[in-house]
Amino acid sequence: MGNPIKIIKNGIVDENPTFRQVIGMCPTLAVTSSAINGIGMGLSTAAVLICSNVVISLLRKIIPDKVRIPAFVVVIASFVTIVQFLLQAYVPFLNDALGLYIPLIVVNCIILGRAEAFASKNNAVDSFFDGIGMGLGFTVALTVLGLVREFLGGGTLFGIAVLPEAFPDTLMMIMSPGAFLTLGVLMAILNYFTNKKSA
Amino acid sequence: MAQVQPNLIMLVLFAIFVNNYVLSQFLGICPFLGVSKKVETAAGMGAAVIFVMSLASAVTYFVYNLILVKLGIEYLYNIAFILVIAALVQLVEMFIKKSSPSLYQALGVYLPLITTNCAVLGVAVVNMQKNYTFIASVLNGFGGAVGFALAIILFAGIRERIEFNSIPKPFQGFPIALVTATLMSLAFLGFQGLIKI
Repeated sequence: MGNPIKIIKNGIVDENPTFRQVIGMCPTLAVTSSAINGIGMGLSTAAVLICSNVVISLLRKIIPDKVRIPAFVVVIASFVTIVQFLLQAYVPFLNDALGLYIPLIVVNCIILGRAEAFASKNNAVDSFFDGIGMGLGFTVALTVLGLVREFLGGGTLFGIAVLPEAFPDTLMMIMSPGAFLTLGVLMAILNYFTNKKSA
Repeated sequence: MAQVQPNLIMLVLFAIFVNNYVLSQFLGICPFLGVSKKVETAAGMGAAVIFVMSLASAVTYFVYNLILVKLGIEYLYNIAFILVIAALVQLVEMFIKKSSPSLYQALGVYLPLITTNCAVLGVAVVNMQKNYTFIASVLNGFGGAVGFALAIILFAGIRERIEFNSIPKPFQGFPIALVTATLMSLAFLGFQGLIKI
């Protein structure tokens, strides 16, 4: 390790948290009814992830091994609280749209997973880039899901109408079944291309 | 602020069917996808969640109303709740291990996993935001957990059968599970509007 570009690419492509590792599913499915929500959630999670990765990596020699999980959780929960206040103050509409799922960033397995798998073993600089990579990978996945669902469900992209009025909206796509369906199909498409490449 | 207590039976039914935590709120998806390959394990997970979630709703209610509100530090709820839940899970695990080894055998492996089940924290936050009374909080947690157990057991039953079918290669594994969940979620959508709270 040590090469920032390699670490970032690892997070976005090779070990993409959503499509490759299949973790952090709850927010992925819940908030992606529109692209803007997806970006908001992705960036909030990325911010928490980067901060907690750096702090945990700095503290990794001080925290005793036995209590490391509770210690990590406290660090993560503190940053989530900070992010929640920032969203409330500066982007209230996003805060309303994401609602319950902001405090739930704490239990997003991506963050604790990276703390345990990467930040507790590597130095602060590497952990910082790992946070950026994983955070961006998550954001990209959420944005793609949001774009597909918003386009099919409401005929808009980022809130701008792109389909003609006469085109019927598939309401199911922005309701809960649409979330499962979109993710399942996107994963299958990705699998199809990876299988083809390796074959 | 006055506390809210809706019709309790309706509250439980609403939490199980209409507002199902897994299929309409997307809480607890990780265990839902992770431990649903066999009906037996799914039932074990479901039972453990029912137990912990009811207990966690009760404990977080007291922590919030007797400690955080009294001290005027409500904004720390997130940190307090997650610590309480993590500690509670550990405590329950130790207690069951001592008092009922057979129950421990059945639930043991699933208990530590529950800390990262976002439905548990989710229910605590919802109870707080809706300002439910103690009884309503516990029943909301219980109903939500029963809904989770119902969803995961049904899902495991379907997945066991899917194993024997020929699935197109790109869809094998997670994608077909997600498509299955789509259909279940559609079915549960039928309950929407059945009960209003």
